[in-house]
Amino acid sequence: MDKQLAQLKFRDPARARALGEALNRVTQEIGRDPISVMHVCGSHEQAIARYGLRATFPRTLNVIMGPGCPVCITDVPEVDEGVALALAGVRVATYGDMLKVPGTKRSLADARADGGRIDIVYSIAQAVDLARDTDEEIVFFATGFETTAVATAAEILRGLPKNLSILSAHKYIPPVMEIVSEMPGSRVEGFLAAGHAATITGSAVFEPFAARHKLPVVVAGFEPLDILAGLLALLEQIRDRKHDVQNLFPRCVNREGNLVAQDKLWRVFEPQGGRWRGIAHIPNGNLRLREEFANVDARKRFKIDIKSLWEDAPSQLTQHCICGDIMSGIAAPKDCPLFGKACIPDSPVGACMVSSEGTCRIWHQYGGVPDLREEQR
Amino acid sequence: MKRNERVSMKHGAGGRAMRDLIERVFIAGAKAIPGVVGLAEMDDGAAIPMGDGFLVVTTDSHVVVPRFFPGGDIGRLAICGTVNDLAMMGATEPLALTCAAIIEEGFPFEELERIQRSMRQACDEAGCSVLTGDTKVMGKGEIDGVVLNTTGVAFTRTLVRDNGMKAGDRIIVTGPIADHGFAVLVARNDLKLEGDLRSDVAPLNELVRMILKRGGVTAMKDPTRGGVSSAIHEMASKSGVGVVLDEQAIPLRDEVRAAAEVLGIDPLHVANEGKALLGVRADAVDAVLDALRSHPLGREAAVIGTCTQSHPGRIRLHTGVGERLLAEPDGEPLPRIC
Repeated sequence: MDKQLAQLKFRDPARARALGEALNRVTQEIGRDPISVMHVCGSHEQAIARYGLRATFPRTLNVIMGPGCPVCITDVPEVDEGVALALAGVRVATYGDMLKVPGTKRSLADARADGGRIDIVYSIAQAVDLARDTDEEIVFFATGFETTAVATAAEILRGLPKNLSILSAHKYIPPVMEIVSEMPGSRVEGFLAAGHAATITGSAVFEPFAARHKLPVVVAGFEPLDILAGLLALLEQIRDRKHDVQNLFPRCVNREGNLVAQDKLWRVFEPQGGRWRGIAHIPNGNLRLREEFANVDARKRFKIDIKSLWEDAPSQLTQHCICGDIMSGIAAPKDCPLFGKACIPDSPVGACMVSSEGTCRIWHQYGGVPDLREEQR
Repeated sequence: MKRNERVSMKHGAGGRAMRDLIERVFIAGAKAIPGVVGLAEMDDGAAIPMGDGFLVVTTDSHVVVPRFFPGGDIGRLAICGTVNDLAMMGATEPLALTCAAIIEEGFPFEELERIQRSMRQACDEAGCSVLTGDTKVMGKGEIDGVVLNTTGVAFTRTLVRDNGMKAGDRIIVTGPIADHGFAVLVARNDLKLEGDLRSDVAPLNELVRMILKRGGVTAMKDPTRGGVSSAIHEMASKSGVGVVLDEQAIPLRDEVRAAAEVLGIDPLHVANEGKALLGVRADAVDAVLDALRSHPLGREAAVIGTCTQSHPGRIRLHTGVGERLLAEPDGEPLPRIC
């Protein structure tokens, strides 16, 4: 076992049990049913589902996945823009997860089947390499939260090849937490914030939010013990009626964050209001290129005609899709009549089944019923 | 059936989709013969009653990219795959193997001879020979390199099926899992991972012969395509039992653990070519483990789970820090993108 110890430090069963017992104790002290908290990160949901943590949560603790999948919340017209560019003969480079995300009528995968040229890349750096090898116009369809937005910003500041431009669908997480916590019917009593995004923004970015909404925020990492300890800290604050920002991921995150990265991010991008798929209009939720980078902005370089894609109504099936409610944390995959039946990873109906960070995809990958508390016999 | 439905790669990945295809196309309407374990049983091979035992027949086609990978090659795979399918039915002394080779025009003789040497080596280890065969050559581009098909025939008095587990039986795996799949995946995609990822491809008939002498084995299956997850789901649902697996008890090499973590692929969904999953009566576990561990191929055998009366056909996985259901793989595992 010795050689595995280092790796298992944050997966130690005895510590997990102790944290589980503490969670039980604190939920009993709070005494309400249910106590709902939200995380806003696909990687948190991955770890919770992968390790079967929900089976160990107290029955009254409801851990909801909020809008934490950047691919899923890429709005339909944004996908349409990528599709329109591809159909107009421009090469579109993007992350593999974006391929099957439905647009109004077509996904990028459909556009490819119709002759559009789509390149799958793992990073913007790879898109830069692609552009250097050709004279053709290439558009990098950039998705992701502040973590990947920083990578996009850094490449832009370094100088892109002449034939490469950016279609930014980058999103910024802090504003959506405001919207979700103000939604009618929202019972969210605290937020578990994503450790990796906080390495960029710092934990301080959540302080105005916590103060304004009187909701506690705990920054947590992605190993099982990180998540259990984060939830415990959150519940203790709820019990004590506190609303502080706590950093339980100090091995990676500090209060100020990565100042160099933040500088690059805000030099290149400005926050704008825009729709997040299935959720709402999010003020300051979209990251768009500043005017001075118009020369690499695909929206300025090309005339993108998405209206021509809107001739046919969407198919019947999508009308039953409840992705929006799932991403807002109002519903869970098990509430969806399509989940695991008409909607599977191979032929997804909604965005949540497409992306490896989508709630439905994650639940499907780990047995479909991640909450074994509902399965006890 | 959906209109214009086409076969896709998932139909060959060893999971639910493959079983659906076999059931829908090949089993539907096939005549069952009383007393014979045939197509409809979807076991590792067929068993025909003969004298005081059974004649077991199995066949397997082999395509692998790349044809040579750390720990083995397509030739070794073609022999071991068929020998192991026979062994999983309790037939550990192959009477004969056949081999059909379909070769692409332009294929180098040298490579073919290398594959042939490797097949002979595997036959020596398994104590069998290829007694008859067939060769076809197809035009350039009409087939990818070489496809090998092998058929095996063996006689057994101790037929073992994949559906005999009862509540209380233990699940044993004969060694560390997922070596083959990761070795091929890394070689195929030229992923720059450090560490010695080697296929486990090996004939299991001698090992199985030793454990069957001890008795108490209620079911056997080799977790090839679809990995342990697919095999255990099939064994559990055919046996009408549930299974509880202890993830931390499942043996895994450090290299494989690291590759799985980096690539985001669950080792339980990844192929093995030299491992068996056994259902074993609780009172026979010690004797079977003893026998396994006395053989080089079973040295790291471990008890990884228990059969239950509850949740038939479903596999609960204890992760050490929680518990979840194990999903059946329904496609080729691909590296996670982000």
